[in-house]
Amino acid sequence: MSERPARTEEEVLDAIELRRRRPVRKLLDDRITLSHGAGGKATHTLVEALFLAELRNPLLETLGDSAVFEVGAGGPRLAFSTDSYVVHPLFFPGGDIGELAVNGTVNDLAMSGARPLHLSAGFIIEEGFPIPDLQRVVASMGAAARAANVAIVTGDTKVVERGKADGLYVNTAGVGVIERDLDLSPAAVRAGDRVLVSGTLGDHGTAVMIARGDLELEVDLESDTASLAGLTADLLDAAGDGVRCLRDPTRGGLATVLAELALETELCIIIDETALPITPSVHGACEILGLYPLYIANEGKLAAIVAPEAADSALAALRSHPLGQDAAIVAEVIDDPDAPGLVLLETAIGGSRVVDMLAGDPLPRIC
Amino acid sequence: MSMRFVDEYRSGDVAKRLAAQIEELVEPGRKYKVMEVCGGHTHSIYQHGVEDLLPPEIELVHGPGCPVCVIPMGRQDDAIAIAERPEVIFTTFGDMMRVPASNGSLLDAKSRGADVRMVYSPLDALKIARDNPARQVVFFAIGFETTTPSTAVTLLRARAEGIRNFSLFANHVTIIPAIRAILDSPDLRLDGFIGPGHVATVIGTRPFRFIARDWGRPVVVSGFEPLDVLQGVHMVLTQLRDGRSEVENQYSRVVRDEGNPAAMKAIGQTMELRTTFEWRGLGFISQSALKLREEFADWDAEVIYEVPGVRVADPKACQCGEVLKGVIKPWECKVFGTACTPEHPIGTCMVSSEGACAAYFNYGRHAGRRRRKEAPAPA
Repeated sequence: MSERPARTEEEVLDAIELRRRRPVRKLLDDRITLSHGAGGKATHTLVEALFLAELRNPLLETLGDSAVFEVGAGGPRLAFSTDSYVVHPLFFPGGDIGELAVNGTVNDLAMSGARPLHLSAGFIIEEGFPIPDLQRVVASMGAAARAANVAIVTGDTKVVERGKADGLYVNTAGVGVIERDLDLSPAAVRAGDRVLVSGTLGDHGTAVMIARGDLELEVDLESDTASLAGLTADLLDAAGDGVRCLRDPTRGGLATVLAELALETELCIIIDETALPITPSVHGACEILGLYPLYIANEGKLAAIVAPEAADSALAALRSHPLGQDAAIVAEVIDDPDAPGLVLLETAIGGSRVVDMLAGDPLPRIC
Repeated sequence: MSMRFVDEYRSGDVAKRLAAQIEELVEPGRKYKVMEVCGGHTHSIYQHGVEDLLPPEIELVHGPGCPVCVIPMGRQDDAIAIAERPEVIFTTFGDMMRVPASNGSLLDAKSRGADVRMVYSPLDALKIARDNPARQVVFFAIGFETTTPSTAVTLLRARAEGIRNFSLFANHVTIIPAIRAILDSPDLRLDGFIGPGHVATVIGTRPFRFIARDWGRPVVVSGFEPLDVLQGVHMVLTQLRDGRSEVENQYSRVVRDEGNPAAMKAIGQTMELRTTFEWRGLGFISQSALKLREEFADWDAEVIYEVPGVRVADPKACQCGEVLKGVIKPWECKVFGTACTPEHPIGTCMVSSEGACAAYFNYGRHAGRRRRKEAPAPA
């Protein structure tokens, strides 16, 4: 016996969309699970309903990669950011935790249009950790800092008992100065804007998952970890005011970045599946693992939302930089009254689907 | 694995041609309900937006073949009871970690201190057992005939290597009894079936013959790429137009009519039919699941550990059973999208990536709205 549905399909859909777009106020869980760290909806809920609720202030409220503030009236504009690194394994093809820790924070600063200046580094080390490994990590931090033209100017060391940490965790924070007269923010995004990515998607996350060795897959893959400071400067030089907003699609991948942007702007973003740059190795590995490159972390790629008239010059600027050779225009921002705040993907066969934040799959630690 | 192989089955041009051919087969005024039995198909249909290419007269009905979806609450409670034993490392496919039981999910048990680890195959679990000789490693074995052979092979290997700290919590189910239950269900009128390609690689196409013979319904065993599904639909409609009901094999690049005898042998060596097994939402179905043979009792978690073994009623509000039988669409469930969401699922169909509710919620919820808007108003 099934009774007639009480709601029409449109009513059900409207209710879902309304709920999705409402600010999160309540945390329903009573313990932290791995989902809260996966970068999807559970992380979002934790940040909004707990951290933001307790620590609320105008700078934090933007929930950007960096906080941007002026030092005194008319003084320099600074960007300030922090990130912690718990990747396992510590050394993986294409990089290690040290390089990741420097590039990650440098990139967060660069996404606000800042020139990164100084970093701090905090180390939480497990008793028994081999000093040669620590040496290797710190040396690679030094090399990454030099390459990004920043200095690590302060730091901290803590050692915890064996079993209390997985070898080594690293935290970095950084400050940068915004010398350009621009305000990169989701508020600047308009219908008609194009979304560019600076290169192939999903390389870092896939490489680290394979490097963990428990998949018994042999794929030739390297992390893309790199400083985006130079690439960003070239892009802003070429496209200037045409650049509305920058994001580095790390944990949660391009899908999460765009889902957040759509939500904030109340606009619809349409991704063209056939335009997404994805290497055959990542594509193949993800097919086997049941993952989507759109959701996989990148550590050396940026997503730029660019005014339509600046899209070509932005693309050319990205492609002429060594880190942006595979750059592509992958999506368009539209004003669709039926799909406000929604990301849709036009599939290769000509269908479409929603691209939402992940509900919190317990993915392994990759950054 | 090469990318071209995958992309060949996702060509937009070929898809459009197939869609046009399907449209030509639709008889004026006739509606078609075609069930895709397997959750893998459901996932692919939503992931690629296959329904966008089908004429409105054709409705794809999602079937019971989602391994995570059919595990009843009581078995999930048993799994958590085993996982919470201090000596146990409990290994499971990722999807099962978020399935709600009476007192939270395996992921919640993990946050309370249980050693729960995600694996991609039972052989990974066996490796964990080898690497942790002082611990007891249990693998949560679920799935249809697709995953049963790898469980069987792992068991045989564990015995051959004399690995004693490894056991299986067996929940393998068989697809044919579930299809029978659906055909027996009075609520549903189906015109044909997209048969489960992966299951058929193991059991072959013959076990599906009763559907064509006794029920007069076409079955097309199909692959999982979007073009496979479209071609499967095309073949079902062709049979309907010709007045035929046969078992056809669209997935012949992988599926043999006789299946995989070696895999069937490994299953037969290690497992036997249970007299009855509870399916979420569908109730008890006789001879629908497998347990380990007695000679493998030393590797049988149900024998080694005391589990509550209590039948727990599904949450009242949850209509997973009706969804699994294809009687209602996901959105017709009373709690869909309100009390039951991917972040806080009540039912299994909202957890698994192969579950109809999760697939519709995560991927499909907007495309239908657009289709309905663009559809010409009825004359």
